[in-house]
Formats: sequence, structure tokens, C-alpha cells
Amino acid sequence: MKRPSLLLGALLLAGTALPARAAEASATLPSGDFAVTGATIAIGDGSAPIPGGTVLVRGGKIVAAGKDVSVPAGVPVIDGTGKWVTPGLVTAMTDLGLVDVGAVDESNDSSAGTARFSAGLDVSLAIDSDAPPVAVSRASGITRAGVAPIAANAIFAGQGAVIDLAQDGPGIMQPRAFQLVELGERGADLAGGSRVAAQALLRNALREARDLAQRKPGKAAGQDAPGQPTDALLTRVDAAALIPVVMGKQPLFVHVERAADIRGVLALGKEFPALRLVIVGAGEGWRVAGEIAAAKVPVLASALADLPGSFETLAATQSNVGRMTAAGVKVALGGFYDLDQPRYAAQFAGNLVGLSRVPGAAGLNWGQALASITSIPAEILGEGAKFGSLKPGLSADVVIWDGDPLEVASAPITIYVDGKLQSLVNHQSRLRQRYRHPGEGALPKAYE
Amino acid sequence: MGRTAAHVLAGLALLASPMAGMAETKSAPAAAPMWQKNPYPSTYKPYPGEPTAIVGATVFDGTGGEIPNGTVLLQGGKVVGVGDARLAVPDGYRRIDGTGKFVTPGVIDIHSHLGVYGSPAVQAHSDGNEATSPTTPQVWAEHSVWPQDPGFSRALTNGGVTTMQILPGSANLIGGRSVVLKNVYARTAQAMKFPGAPYGMKMACGENPKRVYGGKGQMPSTRMGNLAVDRQAWIKAAEYRKKRAEGKLTERDLAMDTMADVLDGKILVQNHCYRADEMAQVIDMSKEFGYKVSAFHHAVEAYKIADLLRDNGICAAIWADWWGFKMEAFDAIPENAALLADAGACVIIHSDDANGIQRLNQEAAKARAAGKRMGIIIPDGEVIRWITLNPARALGIDKQTGSLAQGKMGDVVLWNGNPLSVYSRPEKVWIDGALLYDMADPKRRPVSDFELGLPGEGDVK
Repeated sequence: MKRPSLLLGALLLAGTALPARAAEASATLPSGDFAVTGATIAIGDGSAPIPGGTVLVRGGKIVAAGKDVSVPAGVPVIDGTGKWVTPGLVTAMTDLGLVDVGAVDESNDSSAGTARFSAGLDVSLAIDSDAPPVAVSRASGITRAGVAPIAANAIFAGQGAVIDLAQDGPGIMQPRAFQLVELGERGADLAGGSRVAAQALLRNALREARDLAQRKPGKAAGQDAPGQPTDALLTRVDAAALIPVVMGKQPLFVHVERAADIRGVLALGKEFPALRLVIVGAGEGWRVAGEIAAAKVPVLASALADLPGSFETLAATQSNVGRMTAAGVKVALGGFYDLDQPRYAAQFAGNLVGLSRVPGAAGLNWGQALASITSIPAEILGEGAKFGSLKPGLSADVVIWDGDPLEVASAPITIYVDGKLQSLVNHQSRLRQRYRHPGEGALPKAYE
Repeated sequence: MGRTAAHVLAGLALLASPMAGMAETKSAPAAAPMWQKNPYPSTYKPYPGEPTAIVGATVFDGTGGEIPNGTVLLQGGKVVGVGDARLAVPDGYRRIDGTGKFVTPGVIDIHSHLGVYGSPAVQAHSDGNEATSPTTPQVWAEHSVWPQDPGFSRALTNGGVTTMQILPGSANLIGGRSVVLKNVYARTAQAMKFPGAPYGMKMACGENPKRVYGGKGQMPSTRMGNLAVDRQAWIKAAEYRKKRAEGKLTERDLAMDTMADVLDGKILVQNHCYRADEMAQVIDMSKEFGYKVSAFHHAVEAYKIADLLRDNGICAAIWADWWGFKMEAFDAIPENAALLADAGACVIIHSDDANGIQRLNQEAAKARAAGKRMGIIIPDGEVIRWITLNPARALGIDKQTGSLAQGKMGDVVLWNGNPLSVYSRPEKVWIDGALLYDMADPKRRPVSDFELGLPGEGDVK
């Protein structure tokens, strides 16, 4: 009778977790329709914060946010005096939902070194909104994220998804939202040892996808017309996955760092004009910022990388984001992998504000800094009309903070996704409660 | 992009590699017998400074104190006066107006791998783990230090770091000796060595050693294997020490010299250890063999045994809020530091990271704020102690540096705002009274040999 007892154990465990969660999301705060008044409101579109403002939410959508917003009778009001309100934070490339514990391989679905497929891999089929990092990220104010696979067996990592971090899943908003390819040092390694090989693989893949898209039903490769190639390097699955990329229906995220590689990506855009390119990394982007801006290619860049960590980031500086932004590039903060978890987004953005006070450095103003972790990543994910700011009509992803959200001492105190109040309970918050006082009580800690 | 988008793709591999997040050790003084003479003595010499008075700033003195509108006097490389506005500035001092600004002692990172895992992080620079045997007390980190690591300059200019302990990695149970450095570029590692600092010996618990050696099919492959190999080494060291003291050594053993010096109390143990239960085992092991652990590093579960650490006088050197990247970090919580402080245990905020070392002040601020949210209120000055005097104490250099007190080294940071704010940066940094960074003066910004003639040379970083 092992099986039933195991089941019972699982139920008991679930039972102990539920009361805490319910207690946290208590009925003292409204959902769906509400207003926050008297708070400092930061819209997230790059504008400066507005003191003494109001945010009005109805039916899970933002109705208005700003200075002169009247609250209709009957709408529950939350007093935001002394508090700040922002849109939920957005991080465009993460491994949220793919990983429980990074270095525990069994729990990590972010890469597949010996898989048969690459571009065809679709992370949306594996995302688990109960993965512990999702709840921890939510408690830090992240409400939406892009989820990307990590390339491990080919230059193509596969197809990323867009998720929300709401507490009761499913979480997946947009499967197959983008494709990710490696063309720098990592791409060279994956392609067989050189950037030359990576470039050849990429161009061949795009052409195979285009050929596949043009092939007539029932025909095999080469049967349609003389001169059409009959060989194929890509699996059918991978080639099919690249069709929306070559047709410009799915963005192609390209990871490169050094200036020369960035120029190479911009040239690729000229060779395949339909591609909707996004540059990921761009550690030396400031050196070619004008060219990136002219090509209207957006960038996901790490905020604080300032070490020549490799020969492709020799010119790394914390001023990279500020200089690119000043040149007119649309830049969101990225690089939220490994130890730089998404929950650090606000701290990183705050650092770029501090940087603007260093002579010779380029940072962001406060409004730009918040936009780099809200509206801009949402736009880069193609979701700018759905979330990422407190503009009317957008999803009511609302975070109430106990202070300036970019300041290290501040934290979210209330979080809504689509107007629904979210739990802030997670593994860490439960441990905190248990160990408020060291030492055992009348019973072991395990009974607390 | 040290740990950046480049490692968007390599990060997990990094974590799984033997060099991920590992390190710690130190070493001892000099005397008559051969094993006590240091053949690699410090040749560090302070650079010239000028008599300097920082006036009008809020001064955090490193001991927990806070002086509004304070005055700090530097002369002859030393702190010669600390006080409030009544402290007279002698003639001939350069006056620096600190109004609206803040002064702290130079920041000290007790856990760094700068120089032994230099940037760029190519295999040729991977010098931090002698991962060929689970116990390598015979290696000395200073013999791996590359004094041209570009990371030193970022730690100085963005982090106000003036002193660092450079540790071997944590692939090994006993990783070797650490070295304490002044953050001053030099042609040789010897010329960076902190004069008179005791050595440390790096030890490691937990996942890293058992993964590295278990993966090679050798001992240790388990946590019980970890302890067994450690204990066997201590038994041998105790024997060696006895013979050494009796003058009966027939052959000198470099590894045993280091461990015997630990047993003699001359070398401080710096022990990488995440889990509470493992720290408790190590404390018992230290009593079994008669040595003392100076600090547990990466002690993410220290809050579970705050009382035990307090009662044994062992510091917890921790990140503010790293969490969940490996199994033994799953129970990390951001309230760790505050809970330890609340229980009266010694808190140190460390980096273990070439990026994190640039923001120890922010990490300390985060840790304090997490405590405040659960009702534990810690004053600003006490939080600054976590990155100054407390690490100095655990390194055995608290008589020389770590606080602003008369006669101590003139290691000082002038911040352009409260260092516990994300918006603040070092404006000027003095080391032994010499102005070695000035935000407003590009000529007071170090550029490593590596960066010369390459893109980005001399840029703000």
C-alpha cells in the first residue's frame, strides 16, 4: 500500500502550504477594480515619476494613471501615501519556468546538449509556472518575462516564449515568440570552431527554411524545379521552425557582443530584409551605436558589465546602455541569467541612474531607467500593446512599492497581474518566518 | 560583460565547472626556523600622499559609529584625526569639502578571486583551483595572482575596495593559502601584498569537492567522504606539527607546514560552507583537532545557526541575496545578515565575484533593508561595519585597517552620496593616504597593462 500513502503525503504537504498562501492574499485588498491614490506614480514609458498621483484599474485593465484621475464611486481605494506605483517589471530573456535549481541538472530544462533538434525546440512545452524562481521573481516585482532556451548543440537555441508570472498559471501568453541564435564566440564554438562556420550555418539554415516554405505540397526537396538543392542539413523540424523567421513573422534574437559582430548582424539584416532582428548582448554596442540606431534594431544589453570578460567584450563599460540610448537605440536591460537573476532588474536600472552622476560616464535618467525594465522589453517582445506600462488599456500589472523602486532598500508590498492580487509567499519567505528566532521551541522547527 | 550575455549561454556550464563559485585561504608571519620565514615577503610601499582634511561629510567610521558634519585627517599615510566639526584642521592640509557626501573606511572584500581568475576569463587565466588533488594546502594563491587583472581597477573605482583577500577556489577540501592584497596595481604580486597580514587557509565543504573528485571516481564523492579526507589530513598535520616542534623533522613538507601553522594559530581558516548542518560538523572538527575557523564563507544558511556561530566567535561571510543557483544555496534568504546581526553574530558581506566586488555597499544595503522589513532595525554605521571592520577582523588586520581611527592606514572612501543608496558612487579613494582614484580626474584612474592599446582603454568602466 505504498502508493496510497505517498499520495496522502503529497496531499498533506499541499495542505500545509495552502493556508499561508491564502493568508497572504487576504481579502483586505481588492482585485479587478481598484484605485491606488496619493502615491508616486511611475508610468514606465520613460516619463518622470508623478508625486501624489492615482492609478485606476477596472476589469483588470489600466483605465488611467497620473495626476488628475478621479475615482468613480464604488471602486475600492488603496491609500498609497508614501508609496510608489509602477507597472510590473518585464525581463525579456530569462530561464524562468525552465529551471528549479540551476546546477541541479535534473531540474534544468534550459539547454539540451545532445538533443536531435535545435531551432525547432519550443520552450513553451516545458515551462512550469510553479518553478521556485518564478515565485521569487514575482515577489521582486517581475510580472512578465521572455523565456529563452540556451543553445547547447547548435547555433540555434530554439524558440522562446512570453509568460506572465501570475501565481496560478498557466502563465504562457505567447509560445514561439522568438528564435535565438548564437553568432559570437559561443556561436563559433557551437558551429565547429569559428565564426566563419557559424555564419555559413546560419545562412544555409535560412535558405533551407526559405526553400521549405516555397516547396509545393507532396514534393520532396529538389522536385519542384531544376537547380533547387536536394540536400538538407537541417532536420525538417528545425527548418520548419525557421520559416516564420525568414518570413519576418517571428523575431530573430541574435547574441553577439563585439563591435565587428554587431556590424555583421546589421549586414545580415540587409541580406535578408524580412528578418526582424533583435541584438542580445551587444557588450561593445556603444562603439557602433549610430549604426544600430540607423538600422532600427533593438538591443537587450546587460546593465553593469564592465569587465573585458572575453576578447569579444574588450570595450565593455557600464556606460554602454546609456550611450546606446543616447544614440537613439531602443535598449532594454538583459543578461538575466545564472547569478544575475531577474529580481535584480530594479537594482541594475538604479545603478544606471547613479552612473549618470559620474563624469565622463553615460547613464539613464530615472524615467528611462524604469522604461528599460518595463515598456521597452515589452515592446521588444512584441507585447508593448498588452503590458509594460500604466497606459490606459494595458493589462493591470501593478506593483506598489514601499519606496523608490530603483533604490536597493525598496521592495514591492503589493503586486497585481491583470488586476489580480498576487501572493508574495515563496520558499524564502517561509524560511524567513520559521527562523525569525533561532533555536528550537517546544517542538522542532519542522513543526513551525 | 564579465558574467553577461556572453555567458547567457555559458552560465550553466560555469556553474557546473570545478571553478564555479569557489575559494578561500591565508597564511602567516616570519621568524627564526626555516618554515617560519616568508620567502615571498611583501614589497608593498605606500604611494606618496599629501596632508588631507575631509570636512563636512557624514562619516561612518567602520566601528558602527556615525559622525554628522565630520572631519577626517590624513597625514603620512595614516589617519591622524577623526571627529566632528570641532576638530581643527592643521595648517598645510588640503581641504576637501565633503558637504552632502559620505566618508567610510576603504571597503574590504574577504572573498575575491581577482588575479587568480583574471579577465578575460580564458582558460589561460584559470589559476584558482589546483583541482588535481582534494587537499592542496601546499599551494599559495599569491603564486597565481596576475597583478594586471583589469578587475582590480573596477573594484577600486566603482566599489571603493582598498583591501582584498584572494583565495584559491573551492574545488578542493583544502585549497591552499590565501593572500591579502592592497588594491594598488603593481608589477609584482609581492608589491601588492598587505604588509604583515596573516595568511589564511582555504577550506571547502559540500557540493564542490565531492562533485569534482567524485566525478573523477575518487574520494571524496560524498559529504562523509569530505569530512573523512579532512580529518585524515588533520591527523597527519598534528603529527607533523609535533615533530616540527620537537625538532625531529627529517623532511620538510610544504603542505604540512601550512596546516601545522593553522594548528599553531598563525594561519586563519577561511571555510567555504553553505549549509548550517555542515558548518556545525566543521565546528566540531575544528575542536577535534584544535584549530579555529575564522569565517564561514558563502554561509547562506548561517541564519539557521546564528546562535552557534555567535557562541563560537565565527564570522559569517555572505552574499546579500544570492539564491537558488545550486542545491546547497536553495535555503538562502535575503534576511540572513539581519538575522545574524540580530542574534549578535559577526556579519561580513563578501563578493566572490569580479562584478559583485564593485557593489558591496549596495549588497550590504539590501541585506539591511530585508531585515528592516521584518522588524530588525540596523543603523547605517553598523551596516558599513559589515564591509570594513568585520572583514578586517576575520582577516587579522583590524589593528591596521578597517576603521577610521588614529594611527590606522589611511584607507578611505569619499562617496558622492550615502553609500547605502543605489545612486551613490565613490568620488575619491585613498589607500595609505595616497589619492588613487578621483572620479573627476581621468589621470587618477588606473588602467591595467592588459587594456593598453585595446578598445576601451582608459574609458570610464
